[in-house]
Amino acid sequence: MIDVLYFAWVRERIGLPKERVETGAATVRDLVAELAAREDRYAAAFADVSALRVAVDQELTTFDAPLTGVREVAFFPPMSGG
Amino acid sequence: MAAPLPRVQVQPDAFDAGQTLNRFTAMVAGAGAVVSFTGVVRDVEDGLIALEIEHYPGMSEKAIAAMVAGAIARWQLVDALVIHRHGRLAPGDTIMMVATASRHRADAFAAAEYLMDYLKSRAPFWKKELREGAVDWVAARDEDETALKRW
Repeated sequence: MIDVLYFAWVRERIGLPKERVETGAATVRDLVAELAAREDRYAAAFADVSALRVAVDQELTTFDAPLTGVREVAFFPPMSGG
Repeated sequence: MAAPLPRVQVQPDAFDAGQTLNRFTAMVAGAGAVVSFTGVVRDVEDGLIALEIEHYPGMSEKAIAAMVAGAIARWQLVDALVIHRHGRLAPGDTIMMVATASRHRADAFAAAEYLMDYLKSRAPFWKKELREGAVDWVAARDEDETALKRW
């Protein structure tokens, strides 16, 4: 089980901030494919992954990152802090 | 005696940037230069009612702490401090501040700019602008991404 978190418009599009996901996905990209196949709202949120950023266990990473032993994956748009 | 200032604070509450700067300046023994930056919600005539800042609790603190550690490793700093707010802010409100202290000013200036550049594009915060009849997420700017290349 992995905690999957969504922020900003990704959260709004999917309609929830966090969920537990049972997955055998090997990489972030595989997890995205599983999620996008679920429902239209997921497909809409993940339609263009170049517009998204991902953090695995609270560290920014790439969509090729492996998910072995991972507890938390977060998807969000490019950050706009400061 | 006042409690020591934490290096990284992510909070919804307003803070007094002037008082924080004075406390920071008082505790950085040996520093000859203190540089600070304060970010404010623009109070311009474009109908902005409020700014809502969302963040990733846990990661935002860790990411900023890593940036501060990066700055301390790279420049001769006595200390550094970052405060970043989240939640609903009004025009004119203080969003965040960065302060750096060093023996000579070049290090403090460079480290403050480095921290600001990283906070813009690598700290997990997202801004939403609320106007009459319109709500918009603030898009990340290409210039902010480009700014990181100089480091």
